[in-house]
Amino acid sequence: MSKISTVNRAAPKRRRKTVSLDRKQARAGWLFVLPFVIGFIIIYAPIIIDSIKYSLGSISVSMGGGFNLKMVGLKNYRNALFVDANFVMTLKSGLKELFIDIPVIVIFSLFMAVLLNQKMFGRAVFRAIFFVPVILCTGLIGEIDSVNSTFNSYLSDTSSSIDTGAGTDAVSEIVSKTDIQWMFQSMKVGTEITTYVVGWMNNIYEIVNRSGVQMLIFLAGLQSISDSIYESCDIDGASAWEAFWKVTIPMVSPMILVNAIYTIIDALTSSTNSVMSYISTVYNGNGMNGSGGHELSSAMSWLYFLLVMVIIAVISGILSLFIFYQRRD
Amino acid sequence: MDSTKNSTTSKVMKETKKTIRVDFERTSLWERIRLKYLSTNFIMTLLWKILRLMLLIGISYIILFPFFTKITSSFMSGDDFVDATVKLIPKYPTLDTYKAIIKDNGFFTALINSTLLSLVCAIFQTLICSMIGYGFAKYKFKGSRILFMLVMLTMIIPPRTIQFSMFMNFRYFDLFGLFNILGIGKVDMINTYWPLIILSLTGLGFKNGLYIFMMRQYFKGIPPELEESAYLDGYGPFKTFVKIIIPLSVPMMVTIFLFSFSWQWTDNFYTKLFFTTVGPKLMPSIISVPKTLDTSLAPTMFSAAVNNACAMLIIVPLIIIYLFCQRFLVQGIERSGIGGQ
Repeated sequence: MSKISTVNRAAPKRRRKTVSLDRKQARAGWLFVLPFVIGFIIIYAPIIIDSIKYSLGSISVSMGGGFNLKMVGLKNYRNALFVDANFVMTLKSGLKELFIDIPVIVIFSLFMAVLLNQKMFGRAVFRAIFFVPVILCTGLIGEIDSVNSTFNSYLSDTSSSIDTGAGTDAVSEIVSKTDIQWMFQSMKVGTEITTYVVGWMNNIYEIVNRSGVQMLIFLAGLQSISDSIYESCDIDGASAWEAFWKVTIPMVSPMILVNAIYTIIDALTSSTNSVMSYISTVYNGNGMNGSGGHELSSAMSWLYFLLVMVIIAVISGILSLFIFYQRRD
Repeated sequence: MDSTKNSTTSKVMKETKKTIRVDFERTSLWERIRLKYLSTNFIMTLLWKILRLMLLIGISYIILFPFFTKITSSFMSGDDFVDATVKLIPKYPTLDTYKAIIKDNGFFTALINSTLLSLVCAIFQTLICSMIGYGFAKYKFKGSRILFMLVMLTMIIPPRTIQFSMFMNFRYFDLFGLFNILGIGKVDMINTYWPLIILSLTGLGFKNGLYIFMMRQYFKGIPPELEESAYLDGYGPFKTFVKIIIPLSVPMMVTIFLFSFSWQWTDNFYTKLFFTTVGPKLMPSIISVPKTLDTSLAPTMFSAAVNNACAMLIIVPLIIIYLFCQRFLVQGIERSGIGGQ
């Protein structure tokens, strides 16, 4: 009894001198994330608030080097949705593209990651080649490619045959559309599936380009599955095919969710996306009626962003029903 | 008892070995080959290996072929575009395109400026993102979940959505009106490196949310015992991070560095937003048909060759860096344990 009381008496004295471990940890944690906190408060939050403000107002640059913002309410949003003829159409086709792209990219990158994870001749070389697009085919190079491919489509009418190095041309020579159509027609499936498959077969270059990071994430996921699980599968008589469905898929299922969301975000933020490129034409004043492009483009991109957020929520809700989380002790 | 058991097992082993050997010698060579190589299992594995190799080579071809055509067509002269027999390899190769671009478009100034900018941004982004990721991975503090959600938010909001307000913010930079009170007025940061450096220093740059996420997952895989032992030795959190954690995570940090450097290098969004024609020459500004190049006789298609030559000039430094860093790329990801949680 007396022992406890002495401890109790001693404790407050010590507390005055030192901080408890939890608080010390919390302080260190805050210190580490401090750059982000400062940046978010000073730069990012004002930018977002301004952007929402701009989407609700109309701007006129004043002579003194400043600018005036006049609030006009939801006018820009109304303009985007009901006045601008192209926006809703572009939005629809953009979302359709997104829905087509997600499964293709996720499945393709999983498949390639499984292949690249196997032990084989020249694995290091193949891995190096597969991650080339992540590094090299972004931004400027992608822009040059798209410029050149428009040249090519212009050329195909005038029947010249120079290869300008835009990726899509290389593939359209490899994969013949009619071959695939023929193959699927003999299988007696609907024409919609045919056009779907043909569509992405011809875009395989783009798919390879866009699935680099996803491949890396899947590869990391596959690396974390221990060999002993596969070994025990082998002993129980499961074939490689069964092991893939019963072990690999459940174990990488969290990665499938991450990659699906990453694919959406990547498509959302990329400049080649049709909705985004339309928005940037509006931004540059080539949209509906020249003036007010900046505010209108802000309103449009917020609308698009909200829509994609809803899609992300729905998809992650659906996918999370099928996710298997490995328990760790 | 024990020794007798041992001796019997070794006896049995010897006998089985003997019978196996006798069996082996009795079967003819042909029989042995047939049993080994004509089994369905062996054929299936062989077929799978061939199929896999074909598939990988095919896709590698799809990836590399555009680079090949870029290289070849960048050496094409105007005559090649007129000649209908020229398809892939130029008949009249020329270096004039490269020379003109390097001379007229100020390639070397752009190279130096871009290298400087990308290097500074990439180093800052790598360090800051690993710091922030470490804070999220290893420390529990109030509001860390919400803060991490905010990091994800910066990743999700497309830069194009906020491009205009971002431009305005850096055009008329002002800390909550603080500069106005101090009498400095609003600071114009357009055409300087400051906007990108500030964004990098605060972990808000291009795709920095992804880097923070990757670093966080990586640090979560590092066992906490390491830090505990460092604390016991009297290290503080920062010293632990610098002396223990950073040396451990070099592969992952090289990966992040590679990403941020190359994405900054080929970035055309921020450079277009923050730099006008008056500003320092950067990589995007070299893409144009050079003045001294005689294109009067060449068809309009010739500009594709010019574009490809520009693309080659932009890519070559990246390829050199990639060749040095690529082994870290897979290594870093492999050890990352991104798949872990």
